[in-house]
Amino acid sequence: MKKLINSVDDVVSNALTGMAAAHPDRLRVDMARHIVYRATPKEDGKVAIVSGGGSGHEPLHGGFVGTGMLDAACAGEIFTSPVPDQVSAATAAVDRGAGVLHIVKNYTGDVMNFDMAAEMVAAESGTQVATVITADDVAVEDSLYTAGRRGVGVTVIVEKIAGAAAEQGLSLEQVAAIAKRTSESGRSMGVALTSCTVPANGKPSFDLPDDEMEIGIGIHGEPGRHRAKIAPADEIAKQLVDPVLAELPDGDHGVIALLNGMGGSPLLELYLMYGEVAKRLEAAGVKVERSLVGDYITSLDMAGCSLTLVRADEEMLRLWDAPVDTPGLRWGV
Amino acid sequence: MSPTALTELDAGDTAAWIRRAARLIAVRADELTALDAAIGDADHGANMKRGMNAAVEALPDAPEAPAAVLKQTAMALISKVGGAAGPLYGTFFLRMSTALAGRQTIDTAALADAVAAGIGGIVQRGNAETGDKTMLDAWSPALQALRDRSGEAEGTLARAVAAAADAAAAGRDATEPMLAKKGRASYLGERSIGHIDPGAASTALIMQALADVVSGRVTGEA
Repeated sequence: MKKLINSVDDVVSNALTGMAAAHPDRLRVDMARHIVYRATPKEDGKVAIVSGGGSGHEPLHGGFVGTGMLDAACAGEIFTSPVPDQVSAATAAVDRGAGVLHIVKNYTGDVMNFDMAAEMVAAESGTQVATVITADDVAVEDSLYTAGRRGVGVTVIVEKIAGAAAEQGLSLEQVAAIAKRTSESGRSMGVALTSCTVPANGKPSFDLPDDEMEIGIGIHGEPGRHRAKIAPADEIAKQLVDPVLAELPDGDHGVIALLNGMGGSPLLELYLMYGEVAKRLEAAGVKVERSLVGDYITSLDMAGCSLTLVRADEEMLRLWDAPVDTPGLRWGV
Repeated sequence: MSPTALTELDAGDTAAWIRRAARLIAVRADELTALDAAIGDADHGANMKRGMNAAVEALPDAPEAPAAVLKQTAMALISKVGGAAGPLYGTFFLRMSTALAGRQTIDTAALADAVAAGIGGIVQRGNAETGDKTMLDAWSPALQALRDRSGEAEGTLARAVAAAADAAAAGRDATEPMLAKKGRASYLGERSIGHIDPGAASTALIMQALADVVSGRVTGEA
């Protein structure tokens, strides 16, 4: 394993130290609890938004803390959800009297820890908590026999849209409703060209021969649903676009498209992939209203990408376009 | 059975159990992580080691009752482990603690009742069933072994716990051919078959630790 680290035990702490140092005007990091807060808290009377999850998916979630998006992000150990103490502390700290929305990716550990945190908050304070669970990964076919679809790329889009709704002063019920609608309108599919290496493990999580790829990958180095011989980008694009479109809710609206890097693929390849994806969407008669290409929800050093499409109505597009000022996403400011 | 085998667990023995479990998990952490790398996300050993070390640090020097030891263990696991293992093991020990409230000692029947309460917590928190390829597949046979022997005459604790540890180990091994239906491994579908569940493996170690303490093979210094 060759990584820019000091020791495997300090990776998350050291990364948060650097994040605080890099963005002193925007972020304040509680180093004891591993919580990233806005440097300037949101004003009273507005809904606050807390998310979090395992580290290793940067910029998700800490990089999306700021005006127009999250109020706090709880960083777990690498690929491990945060603990209830962290989430309840963050929730209590950001509540401005209008309640707090938890945005949680559908992974067993994340769901359980946020659930316990919400119980703790309810028992200890009057803070109202609503939860939206993202579950957009179409690689997971049958939720009867699994823990349900994984929450992947749509999480970024839900955080942006819900963040804007909260900033505009909507109620907790309204913010939760638009978050849920956005989540349910989005679908994703990912592909890995290499495994990733968890520092504590020291070696690739799975063996992937040079001439093969994993289709339907999640964001934790867990293998996908099947393997295939590596193919040209236009063929890989087909293998991402077709299953996403097959599961995308019907409607007259166009989509927000996110072509996301998993951490180990250069922008050259991501733009190339996006070009192939855009061609296929055009051929399928799907209008792309907004697009985003780059590393947004990563998997350490994994090479590969994921495609997320969200069928977006006018309100969702308006909230998507609203100003956002975070280390990982910034426009309109 | 060793002549030093315990007939009941007191608070000190319960603390010895947690220390022994932490030791076994620390020694086998890489193995647990390797099992997790095969079908999960390669962090189970590291997480459990961190959590059990925190549980040991939280142990009082002179614990007052088994329930207090188990509650502190639960809180340490919940606040340090994260992932699915933290809430599941945390809930297990918390429910055990509640079931043993007011007791100074634990005999076989009380242990079986407490483990049953703990399993109830795991089922509720994880929505899993026996056969889903999870830690339940080690806990359930362990409980059955305790139940089978809890009606026997006095002095059977060591035999019952040894049987429970063996049953947990057999349950762990029995997860290998199963199709995972819960947790990260469930996303692999058919490809989860042929790998032992890491949660069942850590459960077998926790039961082995109890057997080690009860048999007198290791002491409170373990």
